[in-house]
Amino acid sequence: MARSQKRKNEDSSARLSRRAIVLGGLMTTTCLVLAGRMRYLQLERADDFRLLAEENRINLRLLPPARGVIYDRKGTILADNAPNYRITMVREDAGDVDLVLARLSRLVNLDRDKLDRARDEMMSRPPFVPVTIADRLTWEEFSLVSVNAPALPGITPDVGLSRNYPLGGDFSHVVGYVGPVSDYYLETTGDTDPVLQIPDFQVGRYNVEARLEDVLRGKAGSKRVEVNAAGRVMRELDRSAAQQGADVQLTIDAYLQNYAEARLAGESAGAVVMDTQSGDILALASAPTYDPNLFVRGIPSSIWQTLNEDPYRPLANKATQGLYPPGSTYKMVVALAALEAGLIDPNETVFCGGSMQLGNRRFHCWKRGGHGRMNLVQGLAQSCDVYYYDLAQRVGIEAISAMAKKFGCGVRHEVPLSGVATGIAPTMEWKLANRGEPWVMGDTLNASIGQGFVLNSPLQLAVMTARLASGLALEPRLIRSIDGVEPNYDPVTSLDVSPANLAIIREGMFEVSNGERGTALSSRTVLEDYLIAGKTGTSQVRNITAAERAAGVIRNEDLPWERRDHALFVGYAPAHAPRYAISLIVEHGGGGSAAAAPLARDILLYAMFDGLPPLEAYPANQRRSVQERHDAMQLLPRRGSTDAPSSNGAGMSRA
Amino acid sequence: MSFSLYQINTVPSGWRKVLYLNWPLVLLLSIVACIGFMMLYSVAGGSMEPWVMPQAQRFAIGMTAMFVIAMIPIAFWRLVSGLGYAVSLILLLYVEFFGTVGMGAQRWLDLGPFRLQPSELAKITIVMVLAAYYARIDSAKTSHPLYILPPLVLILIPVFLTLKQPDLGTALLLLLGGGAVVFAAGVHWAYFATLIAAGGATVFAVFASRGTEWQLLKDYQFRRIDTFIDPTQDPLGAGYHITQSQIALGSGGFSGRGFMEGTQSRLNFLPEKHTDFIFTTLAEEFGFIGASSLLFIYLLIVALCIWTALSTKDRFASLLSLGIAATFFLYFAINMAMVMGLAPVVGVPLPLVSYGGTAMMVLLAAFGLVQSAHIHRPR
Repeated sequence: MARSQKRKNEDSSARLSRRAIVLGGLMTTTCLVLAGRMRYLQLERADDFRLLAEENRINLRLLPPARGVIYDRKGTILADNAPNYRITMVREDAGDVDLVLARLSRLVNLDRDKLDRARDEMMSRPPFVPVTIADRLTWEEFSLVSVNAPALPGITPDVGLSRNYPLGGDFSHVVGYVGPVSDYYLETTGDTDPVLQIPDFQVGRYNVEARLEDVLRGKAGSKRVEVNAAGRVMRELDRSAAQQGADVQLTIDAYLQNYAEARLAGESAGAVVMDTQSGDILALASAPTYDPNLFVRGIPSSIWQTLNEDPYRPLANKATQGLYPPGSTYKMVVALAALEAGLIDPNETVFCGGSMQLGNRRFHCWKRGGHGRMNLVQGLAQSCDVYYYDLAQRVGIEAISAMAKKFGCGVRHEVPLSGVATGIAPTMEWKLANRGEPWVMGDTLNASIGQGFVLNSPLQLAVMTARLASGLALEPRLIRSIDGVEPNYDPVTSLDVSPANLAIIREGMFEVSNGERGTALSSRTVLEDYLIAGKTGTSQVRNITAAERAAGVIRNEDLPWERRDHALFVGYAPAHAPRYAISLIVEHGGGGSAAAAPLARDILLYAMFDGLPPLEAYPANQRRSVQERHDAMQLLPRRGSTDAPSSNGAGMSRA
Repeated sequence: MSFSLYQINTVPSGWRKVLYLNWPLVLLLSIVACIGFMMLYSVAGGSMEPWVMPQAQRFAIGMTAMFVIAMIPIAFWRLVSGLGYAVSLILLLYVEFFGTVGMGAQRWLDLGPFRLQPSELAKITIVMVLAAYYARIDSAKTSHPLYILPPLVLILIPVFLTLKQPDLGTALLLLLGGGAVVFAAGVHWAYFATLIAAGGATVFAVFASRGTEWQLLKDYQFRRIDTFIDPTQDPLGAGYHITQSQIALGSGGFSGRGFMEGTQSRLNFLPEKHTDFIFTTLAEEFGFIGASSLLFIYLLIVALCIWTALSTKDRFASLLSLGIAATFFLYFAINMAMVMGLAPVVGVPLPLVSYGGTAMMVLLAAFGLVQSAHIHRPR
C-alpha cells in the first residue's frame, strides 16, 4: 500500500516535472518571439524609427522675410515695413488672466470683442502658447506697456512687421497694396512658397506690389526647434536667417506724382507724365484715390462698399485701365499717316464749311460755322474736323491704324501694373472680326477725329506724345532698378518716321498752345524756355441727333455728369527741347481746352521747375487764381526744407 | 522512510537558513530593481524625485518581506493559503464598493500611507490556493471532472471581480497564472485542448458573423475590437501610445541613444513613461542590447524558480514556485508584447521596473515564497 502510494507520488511528481518543462519551453519560445520582435524593431527598422523620432522632436519654424522697400526715383520711400507693435500674452505666466487684462486695459485702449476672442483662444490652447491681445498699438501705448511689464506677468510687448504706405493715396494706383494670404490667392496663383504658411504673412495683391511679388517677397528663413509632445519649444537647435526681399526703385517722382494727384483731385481723371528721352514714367495719376493702408489691415466692408459704388470709381486706375475715345488728340497720328504716305502737301488747304457730306450722312465739324480754308498746321491748331475728314478719305483706315500702333496706340505696353488696357486701333479686319460688319468710309471719318471705334488709355496717349516729341521709339518704363540693378531695357531707337514730317506736326502742336487761334492758348505758359506744345481733345460719349443739332447742341454744363464729353489734353514741354510728355483726361469734364489743358499745363510746369513754378510762368491774368490755388493745395513737404536731406538717400546708396 | 527523514533533517534551521537562500535569485532581482531605478531616474529628467526614492523604499520593504517570508517554513504558507485567498477576495469585493477610483477604474484601497491594489495580491493568492488544493487532493483524481470544478470556480471569481473594475490585464494574468498551476498539476491536456478549441471557435464564429444576418455583436462593438487589436487604425487615440512607443523602441537601434538621451521620453511623447511604458525608455536609451539583456535576466529569474520547483519533492512548493514563475513571466511577457505592438494595450506593469508599490512588494513577497520553498525543500 505504502509502496503503491509512493509509486503514485513518483508518477505525479514525474508528470509535474514534465509539465514544468513544457511550461518552461512555452515561456522560452515566447521570449524568443519577443526577442525577435525587438530585433525587427531595433535593428531592421531602426533607421525608419530614428527618422520618425526626429520628426517628432524637431519642428521647423519659418522666419518671415522683410519685404523689399519701394522707392521713387529720388529715394523717397513709397512702401516700407513698419513695426507693428503687439502685445501677446502667455496664460501660464499670467496667473490670474482677468486681473492682468484688467490692469492692461487701464493702460491701453483694448477692443472689448477682440479681448474676449483672445481670452477664449487662450483658454482653448495650451497654456504656454502666446496669444495676441492687441496689435497696431501706438509707440506711446507700447512703451507704456513695456514700462509696466513687472506688474503685468505673462504680457510680452512684441514687434512684428507690416506693410506701410507713407504717402497713402498718392501711390495706390501705382504701388498698389498687399493683403493677407487668402484661399482665393492660393488657388488662383498656385503659389506653394512655404513662406505663405506664416501667420499674418502679406502678399502683393495689386499693381507693382502684385506684379513684382517674386522680387519683393524674399525668402523665408527657418529655425529648427526641439519641441515636446505638447508642442512646447524646449530649445532652438539652429537657424538660417530670412533673405530680405529686393528693394525696388520706380521711375516715378514722388513729388510730381503728389502734385499731379493734388491737381486732379475733385475730378474723375487720369494723367501720365513721361520722360521724352528715356520713357521713364514720372507720374501716373488717377483720381480719386484711396488709401492703400486700408487694404493692408483688411478693409472694413462699409468703406469698401463706398469705394466700389462711387460714380467716380476710385478703385479704377484711369491712367492705365481706362479706355477713352482719344478725340482730337488722335489727329497727329492721322496727319502723320497722310504725310508719311506722301498724299498731302502741308500747305495744301481744305475748305471747312462746318460739315462734310458723305453719301447720305453729314459729318459735322465742332465749329458750327466752319473754319474756312485750313492748311495742316492751322487744321491742327484749331482742331478742324473737316480737314481730317478730307484727309482720312485719302489715307484710309489701314494707314491711320498702322501709324497709331507705331506711336503706341492700341498696343499693350508692358508696365508692371494690374489690368493694363490694350485699347483699339481699328482696322477693317478688326471690325469684321469683332462687329461682324464690313468697314465703311464713315468709320474712317469717325476714326480720323478719334471717335468711333478708337479707344486709348492715357498711358498710350502719353507714349504717343513722347514719341511725337522725341522721334524715339520710347517704351514706358516704371522700374528704375531692382536691388540697385537697372533692368535690361532695350536701347531706345529712332522711330522710322521722317523728321521733317514730325517737325510739321510739332509746329501744329506748338500752335495749339501758343498760336493766336490755338485751342489751348488760354493754358499756355509765357516764359520762353518753358513753352508747351500740345493738343486738346473732346470726345463725345453720346450721339448728337440731327434734331438736337438743328435745335442747337446742348451745352455740356446742361447735361448730367455721366453724359458730358470727356476732356483730354496731350502735350510736351519745353516746346523746343522736349523733356516731358503728358496725357491727361478728365472724365466727363466737358471741353479739352477748358477742363484738361490747364491741369496738364500745371503738371508740366511743376515737372519743369521740379517744384511749384514761379507765377511769372503763367499768363498775367491767371496769376492771381494760380496763387490762390497753390495756397490751397496741401502738398508733400519738399525734402531739404524741413527734413534732413539724406534721410532717404542713405537707403538708396545701394541703388 | 528513513531516506525522507534524513532529507527533512537536513533542512537548515535558525540563522543558517540565510546561507541556504537562493542567492542568485536575490542578485537577479536586485539587478532588475536597479535597472528600474535607473530608468525612473532618467524619465524624471535626471532626478531622484518623484519616483526613484519611493520606489527604493518599497524595494527595501519588499526585500525585507521576502527574507521574512523565506524564513518561515513552506508548510505554514500552505496552511494559510486558503485564508490568504479569502482575504484577497474580500478586499476585491471591498474595493468594488469603497475603492478609490484611479485611472478610470476602482483599484485602490487607501490605507493611510499605503495604497493597496487587492488585484495584485490576488495574483499570488490564487496561485497559492490552487497549489494547496492540488497538494491536498489525490493526484490520481486531478483530471476527474468533479475535481476540475473547484479550481475553475477559484479562478473565475477573482477574474470576474477584476474584469468588473475593469482591469483586463489583471484578469488575464489571473486566468493564465491560475491556468498554469492547473496545467502543471497534471490535469489532462484534453481539457486545455478543448478549452482552446472552444475559445477559438467562439472567436471565429463572432468574426465570421460580421456583416451577416446573424451578426453576434453590434457594429460599434466590432469597431472597438478592431482598434483594440490594431490601434494604428486610430493614430491619435488608442493608437497614439503604441505608435509612439514603437518609435521610441525602434529609434534606440542596436546600442541605444545613451542614458538620459532618449528624446521620446524626455520630450513627453511617451505615455505612462514611468509605469506601463517604461520599457520603451529602456529600449530607446540602451537599444537592443539593453532590452534583450533585461529579457534575458527575466528569463533567468523564471528559470531559477522552475529549478526550485523541479528540485523540491513537496507538491505544494513545486506548484507554487511554478505558478509564481508563470505569473512573473506573464507580467513581463504581456508588458513587452504590449509596448512592442504585439498585443493590445492592457494595463500590465513591467515587473520590478515600472513605478508602482503594490506590484513590487507583492512580487517580492511571492519570491519570498519561492525562497521558502527553496530553503525548506525536502532533499
